[in-house]
Amino acid sequence: MSNVIHIEEEENELLAKVEEISGETVTLCEQCGICTTSCPMAEEMDFTPAGIMHAVKLGDKNVLDSKAIWICASCFTCTVRCPRGIDLAKVTEALRQIHLRKNKDHVNLEEVKEEEQEENLPPIALVSALRKFTG
Amino acid sequence: MTRIGVYVCHCGGNISDVVDVEEVAQFASRLPDVVVVRSISHMCSESGQKAIIDDIREYKLDRVVVAACSPQFQGSTFEKALIKAGLNPKMVEMANIREQSAWPHYDIPDKATEKAKVLTAMAVEKIRKTKPVEREAMKIGKNTLVIGGGIAGIQASLDLANAGFNVYLVEEKPSIGGHMAQLSRTFPTEDCASCILAPKMADVADHPNIHLLTYTEILEITGSIGNFKVKLRQKPRYVDADKCTACGECEKVCPVSVPDEFNLGMTARKAIYLPSPTAVPHAHVIDEDACLGIVPLRCGECAKACEANAINYDDTPKYINLDIDTIIVATGFEIFDARKKPQYGYGRFQNVITALELERLIVESAEGHFIRPIGKDIAFIQCVGSRDKQVGNLYCSRICCMYATKLASLLKRADPSRDVYVFYTDLRAYGKGFEEYYRRAQELGVKFIRGRPGELQEDPETKKVIVRVEDTLTRKIIEKKFDLVVLSVGLVPSKGTLKIAEMLKLPRTSDGFLKEAHPKFRPVDTPIEGIFIAGTAQGPKDIPDTVAQASAAAARAMALMNKGEFELSPIKAIVYEDKCDGCGECIDACPVDAIKLNGKASINAAICKGCGSCISSCPRDAIDLKIFSDEEIMAEIESALKDKKENERRIIVFADDMCTYTLADGVGTAKMGYPANAFIIRVPSSSRVTPKMILKAFELGADGVFLGECEEAVSPFPSTLKVIKENVEKARIALKEAGIEPERIQYSPFVTVMFPKFVNLIKKLNEIASKEIPEEKRRKLHVLEVIE
Repeated sequence: MSNVIHIEEEENELLAKVEEISGETVTLCEQCGICTTSCPMAEEMDFTPAGIMHAVKLGDKNVLDSKAIWICASCFTCTVRCPRGIDLAKVTEALRQIHLRKNKDHVNLEEVKEEEQEENLPPIALVSALRKFTG
Repeated sequence: MTRIGVYVCHCGGNISDVVDVEEVAQFASRLPDVVVVRSISHMCSESGQKAIIDDIREYKLDRVVVAACSPQFQGSTFEKALIKAGLNPKMVEMANIREQSAWPHYDIPDKATEKAKVLTAMAVEKIRKTKPVEREAMKIGKNTLVIGGGIAGIQASLDLANAGFNVYLVEEKPSIGGHMAQLSRTFPTEDCASCILAPKMADVADHPNIHLLTYTEILEITGSIGNFKVKLRQKPRYVDADKCTACGECEKVCPVSVPDEFNLGMTARKAIYLPSPTAVPHAHVIDEDACLGIVPLRCGECAKACEANAINYDDTPKYINLDIDTIIVATGFEIFDARKKPQYGYGRFQNVITALELERLIVESAEGHFIRPIGKDIAFIQCVGSRDKQVGNLYCSRICCMYATKLASLLKRADPSRDVYVFYTDLRAYGKGFEEYYRRAQELGVKFIRGRPGELQEDPETKKVIVRVEDTLTRKIIEKKFDLVVLSVGLVPSKGTLKIAEMLKLPRTSDGFLKEAHPKFRPVDTPIEGIFIAGTAQGPKDIPDTVAQASAAAARAMALMNKGEFELSPIKAIVYEDKCDGCGECIDACPVDAIKLNGKASINAAICKGCGSCISSCPRDAIDLKIFSDEEIMAEIESALKDKKENERRIIVFADDMCTYTLADGVGTAKMGYPANAFIIRVPSSSRVTPKMILKAFELGADGVFLGECEEAVSPFPSTLKVIKENVEKARIALKEAGIEPERIQYSPFVTVMFPKFVNLIKKLNEIASKEIPEEKRRKLHVLEVIE
């Protein structure tokens, strides 16, 4: 893995898209990290909440394939504590939306095993996966 | 019949390379009342001014128009020339044909020349209506009220007193000294705070020109500059400060203990106490709320113990009335209440304290008083109550980075085995010597970690504080137990600041602190004449900035008082008494409370700022401005629209002097083009433009009207934008009734650098105005007005 991030013009598309869907200004983030240590799930995440914000700012598309956006429990603690008043839950939701709209890992409910539902599958992922059928 | 001389300036080619100055001069010679016209290479030069002076004498001119550059640039030059020639200085008007014609329209010289002619005609028509304004001055004495006895109030008082002015220094607490007296050392030099402050406090007490009024609250302030009436109430001290030797025998026998506010409640004091070790006046005081009872006397032990016989249980409050000429508000700050961030556990976790508490711990322990353990592992959390939308404080408190660096350094130096962390978001070491001081702290081994904890937890057994924080530079979550967590709390306006702001009607900025008259050029003035601000009442700042500002405020007050008289700006509202029926509508319209009703409205010229917000509120047209009068502005409007050709469109732009006019000058200087059919009329504030004026402009042929005004934050006048909005709404309704598009009236706030915004808005309005308004619709406006 290279330590260099080449920022190309098209990388800004992710930022613009996330800001459009979420209605939030991601560039407002000052990277203080309050969200991360307010987050009950941050320890399990591959991108910390502040890391997600940073990735979106830079247009790093890896964040779309992160586990973090599905681990997010939408508890809103980050949102109520953000000193810049950014609604991080909306930003994360926007990332999930972008991912879902690609219809990549389509979930066939019949194929989801019962034990998966009970143990490993984050409920938010299931809800989100089904949401695209409800419009 | 007036006699006018018109002078067209070439500006050494700046104007004459674009504008046909001879054609403008020819045109001017045909304007009414014009007796002599000259075109001269440099009007502002010695010879240019001499031409004016000679002509005034030879042709008996009583008015002068100089068609040259911006009046903001050379206006005062020509006013002085008129004074030399024995004319009233207000009898000169400048047509701004450089910034408003030759420069912005340099690429369309024909249009620039046409515009220059109209601008010159506007100036001639305006000056014909100008009435001489006599210089008005008021007597002013040498008495200053300084409110607040912290370092700002102390410095301002000493400066004024040393310069020979009378100072009344009022402090609500029993001693002066403020927050600085509580601090350990000052950054970045690490001077002992009370050691450098105490001599200044003593100077205040000894100074023959300073009347120190401690333990005193302000009940009421009325009046205006040169004539403030101040009512004070001095609380009974029950100890004669002159007799008291501060020996402390009384304290020993006093049976009542209460939390000591000087140590933020971490220690106890008696009901009779010395407010601080360096208190000035250096005398004890009885806290009447804590004392067992004075009337009737319940205990009386302290009087028995007092050898100096200083205790007087019969003391009563004193009511004091003062006549004051100027006021300096130095009411200071309070620290942010950390309980408002419950996730940090302040007040619940015994090992979470504020930085101010740590200051006191360090001072007390240096003097051998043990209050509580400090421990080995210490964390500072920055930005508590600052830069935080969740508590409503968006601002940076400016001092916390450096005081945390200082406290961390002091702790580390006192015991190098300590592990000291500072958790920050952005470290701001902006001041003189600050960066070097930050570096020294890092050399000492203080660990600066970039991250702000979301919450703190207390280990139920050890009572240690668990800090979890994202190290945002490595994206790892750090967890560590600390013996002590210090919250670097921000600054908020003190209750005294809020109280005085309300009493004096001083505006505040969105952060809650007092607003200065201009953020760049009048940083210690308030919009109210004769009232100045110093120190943290104006916003968070460190001690050197506070002292500098206090000296500045003192100097500004001296500049007003030193001459013994105070010249009033000639831009003032006046009431025509014959028209006024005393309805009082104008009173609420005035943003500075300058209008009183004594049967009829009367305006206090010392308070009035001349914005003209009151004018449109008057249903009987009984209010006007002395300069920029209705008559003058109407003459400009008429003349700007005169001889409008068919298929030609014209736009009137009202520009407030402080922002929009300066901005338009800047746009011109930058040679940014905007429609050449936009004619700018200078006003003190666009709030003086009444709906009637706007409609009259349309009736006379305007195709669009624009009103520009200072943004609230930099405006010299409070709340004028509200008035403008109301006036525009009224005028738009009338346009609609006449069948004319209401969007032909536009307004916008500006600051002086918004070049593209100005150009774009004028262009946009010009597009809206491009459609012809049929004559019968314009006539309808006239009918509407007659009906009204």
